[in-house]
Amino acid sequence: MSVDRATIAALRFGYGFRPGQQIAEDREGLLASVTRPISVDEPEMPGLERILEIARKRRDAGRSMRKGEDGAEEMRDAAMKEVRGLRIPMLVRRVLTPILSPHGFRERLVSFWADHFTVSARGAMLVLTAPHHVEKAIRPNIAGRFADLLIAAELHPAMIFYLNQNISIGPSTRAARRRRRVNGLNENLAREILELHTLGVDGQYTQKDVREFAELLTGYTADLKQGTRFVPRFAEPGAEHVLGRDYGGAVASPEDARRALADLAIHPDTARHIARKLVVHFVSDTPDPDHVAAVEAAWNETGGDLMAVYDALLRHPGAWVPEFAKTRQPFDFLVAALRGVGAGTDDHPLGNGEKLGKFCFGHLNRMGQRLMAPPGPNGWPEEEEAWITPQGLAARIAFARAVAQRGARDIDPRDFLDTVLGPAAGPGLRWAVAAAEQRWEGIVLTLLSPEFNHR
Amino acid sequence: MTEDFPLSRRGFLGGGLALGCSAAASPLITPVALARAPGENRLVVIILRGAMDGLDLVRPMGEKAFATMRPTLLQGARGHDLDGFFTLHPAMTALAPLWKAGELAFVHAVSTPYRGKRSHFDGQDLLENGGYSPDGSMLPSRDGWLNRAVGLIPGADMRTAFSVGQENMLLLDGKTEVSSWTPDAKVPLSAQARTLLEKIYTGQPVYQEALHQALMLADEDLGDLPARRGVRRLAAYAATQLNRDTRIAAFSIGGWDTHRAQEISLKRAMDQLSAAVLALHKGLGANWKRTAVVAVTEFGRTARENGSRGTDHGTGGAMLLAGGALSGAKVHGEWPGLGPSDLLEDRDLRPTQDVRRSLGWLLRGLYGLDSADIERVVFPHLDMGADPGLLA
Repeated sequence: MSVDRATIAALRFGYGFRPGQQIAEDREGLLASVTRPISVDEPEMPGLERILEIARKRRDAGRSMRKGEDGAEEMRDAAMKEVRGLRIPMLVRRVLTPILSPHGFRERLVSFWADHFTVSARGAMLVLTAPHHVEKAIRPNIAGRFADLLIAAELHPAMIFYLNQNISIGPSTRAARRRRRVNGLNENLAREILELHTLGVDGQYTQKDVREFAELLTGYTADLKQGTRFVPRFAEPGAEHVLGRDYGGAVASPEDARRALADLAIHPDTARHIARKLVVHFVSDTPDPDHVAAVEAAWNETGGDLMAVYDALLRHPGAWVPEFAKTRQPFDFLVAALRGVGAGTDDHPLGNGEKLGKFCFGHLNRMGQRLMAPPGPNGWPEEEEAWITPQGLAARIAFARAVAQRGARDIDPRDFLDTVLGPAAGPGLRWAVAAAEQRWEGIVLTLLSPEFNHR
Repeated sequence: MTEDFPLSRRGFLGGGLALGCSAAASPLITPVALARAPGENRLVVIILRGAMDGLDLVRPMGEKAFATMRPTLLQGARGHDLDGFFTLHPAMTALAPLWKAGELAFVHAVSTPYRGKRSHFDGQDLLENGGYSPDGSMLPSRDGWLNRAVGLIPGADMRTAFSVGQENMLLLDGKTEVSSWTPDAKVPLSAQARTLLEKIYTGQPVYQEALHQALMLADEDLGDLPARRGVRRLAAYAATQLNRDTRIAAFSIGGWDTHRAQEISLKRAMDQLSAAVLALHKGLGANWKRTAVVAVTEFGRTARENGSRGTDHGTGGAMLLAGGALSGAKVHGEWPGLGPSDLLEDRDLRPTQDVRRSLGWLLRGLYGLDSADIERVVFPHLDMGADPGLLA
């Protein structure tokens, strides 16, 4: 049986099949899904003000603790309870949305850009702000111009905190001279924007560009009261020369850095870097240069119009080759498995809401992909070898067993195979599933098969 | 050995080669067999996450200023007197017999090159990456120094180095193949399901290899492991592997970030550390004689205690060494003093030595790595300096 386009659309460009759910079957359907609004059932994301307020309480409690003030411990316990109360539903939402949504390509793009603009949710403040970064800086901007996505992602307080822009001050400002204990200029954000978010490490920039760009970004800072703001007295005076262009002048303006970001967004190195990254993520660790070139050309022709970029990604014949060359990362694997057993409803045996969320968090940790918390700003690795390790595979086996025994008791493994893989299931797997001693082991074999672990 | 020896001669013939004497001298061992067996020496690296307070682990009681800097932290029992100047924290007294046997040592006033922001994550990344940047940025390879070191050991194969525990340790991450497993992982499948799984992985080398390893490791006799999860079990598991083909093992112990109530929280972490060392000691048996254990942390803590009976992020700290391969019981390092002008930024123990220097000398002494390779590949920009004589 040959693999049809609908199956490729679901596996390679979505989060797989969910029984009874109509999903995109071709390029047009996938593209249309990108702009579909999020379900009305989705609980409202807490506002940034509320998030910052709780983060502030947690910080203040920590300070009182360190000073040994009376009642500090009660304050901290109360603050931690509020942190948990805010954080858990946001993390649950991060797994539940793709488990339930019929718009898999949209969700995969949200995950792709969240990883591209990684804010690792580690530490009290980032666990609260990182989910907001994904939902409010990234999600609303995945279908527009890359420049808008870039500016929103970089200037969100989560990113400003994560890459230390909040403590970067222009080195020749009076503010820097007065605070000698503070480092002054911090190049972290500037470097990662150039190295990871735009031009790529092979891009045509020098250490001098990093430094000048870092100086240009000064003035942008964030705190737990107001979030991101522009403070002119922190901004390095004078023009900065970044990649051959001058930005800013005598009077510091928040527009200067935005203009530089907008220029970086349409730089040919950025187009090449991200075109390759998209093809690597969706199609192959060793991408077809012609496929990359097609995506890159669309980027350059349209000035980084992301819908045109996705269209080029999907229009190329390489998008529809029947070989599934990529290994599903643990998050993709878990979401696809839970979609396959129809999890995420109140009457499902795996439970719903926080109960299902906690099941997911634990298994993701064991499979090596802690939810929203990659080890560094470069995000999660793409290659098969990084994930299919002895412990990694053992953790997939344990997860598959838990899903099969607790969440798929009434499902016939042969039906399950058809639901989640359809024509992508090879004859060897069909034979093995039928040969399993017990029902649940047939489900386990399906979940552990190369077919299900690839996309 | 002759010129046609296929692997780096330097690794075997270089100075400080502990392996050479016994194995290389034997005419019965062919060069190839020798290459496949990187000696009998063993190294265990324990990463202490959260910034261990070196000044509380190895207390400079001979320093006048110390008592006034730590008014509440020194109130409890007096620990084991090490050398008349330094005293071991009372929670580490279980290790005093090792000290008496010459199998416990410390290096004081050490730190990584990381300075300034005192972030745990940056500090730990730099500690495991082995880079040199004071701002904490990693080497472009973003791999671990121990992985690079294993790559330099002639004849090392994937069982030579073993990362133990659930986490994917940066320390052993990189190009060189190493093993990793946690004794808590299981492969809960029936024999038939295993066979079927092996069948459906035909033609998928990465899956096949991982499954093969997982089944082998899950089925291995784990030895006499403590039943309860935790560091004792991890250390005992590491010892089991080190008694087989593994020569280098790594795991981590958290819980060292003692901003408050340090006398309670530090004791908890120290119990774990001494339990881990003792589990290795017990598990390794006769091989303990050829073993060096080293415990390192991302940075030290402030010299003065803070207002909540704890300490804050600092710079200089201490590292712990244990094992029969040590030269003897000693507090190594150059002590900078705690006087007003001695402290770094009037707050931290001033580091007098790069922590990587001691690690470099351990690698040189245990595996015969060349100093130039250590300074270039394992720990770029490191000056190894004179031999501190950590090993026998």
